[in-house]
Amino acid sequence: MTSYSVEKEYQGMIDAYEKAGGDKRVLETKDFAKLVVHENRVLANDPIKGLKIDTEETKSGVSVKLTVEKGTKVPRPVHLCFGLLPKEGLQEIIMKVDAQDNSEINVIAHCIFPNAVKVIHKMDADIEIGAGARFDYKETHYHGDDGGIEVIPKAKVKVNKGGLWQSTFALSQGMVGKLDYDFEVVCLEKAIAELTVKAYGKGNDDIKVVEKIHLNGAGARGLAKSRLVLGDKAKAEVRGETYGNAPYARGHVDCMELVNGTEAIARAIPIVSVTNDKAKVTHEAAIGSIDRKQVETLMARGLDEDKAVDVIVKGILR
Amino acid sequence: MLDVAKLELKLNGKTIINDFSLHVDKGEIHGILGENGTGKTTIANLIMGTNNYKPTAGKMTFEGEDISGLSVSQRAQRGITLAWQEPARVEGLTVREYLRLSSRNGEAVLNDSGDELERYLLMVGLEPVQYIGRDIDATLSGGERKRIEMASVLAMRPKLAILDEPDSGIDIVALPLLLNGIVEMNKQGSSVLLITHSERVAEIAHRVSILCAGTIIRTGPPAESSQWFKNNCLTCPHINEPAH
Repeated sequence: MTSYSVEKEYQGMIDAYEKAGGDKRVLETKDFAKLVVHENRVLANDPIKGLKIDTEETKSGVSVKLTVEKGTKVPRPVHLCFGLLPKEGLQEIIMKVDAQDNSEINVIAHCIFPNAVKVIHKMDADIEIGAGARFDYKETHYHGDDGGIEVIPKAKVKVNKGGLWQSTFALSQGMVGKLDYDFEVVCLEKAIAELTVKAYGKGNDDIKVVEKIHLNGAGARGLAKSRLVLGDKAKAEVRGETYGNAPYARGHVDCMELVNGTEAIARAIPIVSVTNDKAKVTHEAAIGSIDRKQVETLMARGLDEDKAVDVIVKGILR
Repeated sequence: MLDVAKLELKLNGKTIINDFSLHVDKGEIHGILGENGTGKTTIANLIMGTNNYKPTAGKMTFEGEDISGLSVSQRAQRGITLAWQEPARVEGLTVREYLRLSSRNGEAVLNDSGDELERYLLMVGLEPVQYIGRDIDATLSGGERKRIEMASVLAMRPKLAILDEPDSGIDIVALPLLLNGIVEMNKQGSSVLLITHSERVAEIAHRVSILCAGTIIRTGPPAESSQWFKNNCLTCPHINEPAH
């Protein structure tokens, strides 16, 4: 791997983050709990009371154990920043999360790859949300314009009684490259899971999304939502799966893919399954072009067509 | 301000709009009153250039300029806008952002002042604190979306606002507010082409034209036109056959 000094690497990450529209103050001050990892090096690790962040550098990345102690309510968002500044490289994040009973945390992950030509970014996460705990996870990617990146986020999540897992994965800046997203959640009694993926595919981007929710406890609820916009020769396949296996479980799969142009390809495969007669799971999947009436509505206010489409796409991916 | 002469639209060999002529003066509220299916929304689309409608004959000029070949954006940038009978919903766009997007000639009309945006919502009977941050999505009722559409037109301060059935989906409590908003917009300098099937709505116009089978069959003061409409159109056994 390319050799950088820690200070230079850190400044490079901050600069790239700011250039991508992020607020660099969150990475510059100690006021926010955070973890910053460049390639396989931990550049910053600032936990706070009730939140432990244990790390171990590996040959190709970092192993992270994030523990939110029982009853801890983390008052401000915790920032995780992963990235790779050189054009080539591999970053593997092994993540273990233990959000203990009745804890609450809001985690924002920034994944920054501004120069990627041949980069692989993998995350394998094993996440457990305790009883009554709330975990909000937002992962936003900032890619460059080369599209030479492969992003492979995988997670297994278990949400215990009355717990809440909400995650949003957003990749709308720069080229996606190749995305292979696979999140699987098991919800126990009265637990809630909401998975959302948003991506804007362009060029030759190749997007594969799998969102799986098993509603195994009575009264569990789940939403698998995806919003994709595809242009140029981008292609995407979205598989939203929800299984209602317990009484009064309620699940919904909501997939929308918009194709802008004639060469992009979109596929949606919603799978809904019920094994309990008191469970209910529904789905809606829409694939189509950007609604002409929406475009004309904005054009009638003076926006030119490209700007109108841009506003609509940004709205869908927000 | 707006001159439409002998406009014609044929779709799949069928004449939808025929020999349609109209003149809207600067500062005028001009009503077009017609039953369902007479071509009211088609006229709105032709003037705005929406829905891919292009006249097969005739001429449209706005402030002396032929607008037939202009895009929707170009017409809007010249000061024409349209409030749809059933406005589109735009996921992820808030009411605040939608109102701010209103522009003319590429320049923001609004100064982004919260007070200014709130005033437009109040003019159409919506409580700003409840609506300004909401998304323009399926959670809004038809009536709410309709009033936000009107607020957006007010925010644009157009030279000519085409309002297609502004009262549809509006409850009787909100209707007077909406009509007051149209009159207020007119007082602020906007001309209005008020397309409706309601005599009550047409009352606020300065002149009202009666539309039948895609053609204007008479124009006059609102009371006189409404009476004629009531006596002839509402009881007409020859729907869309103006020769009768």
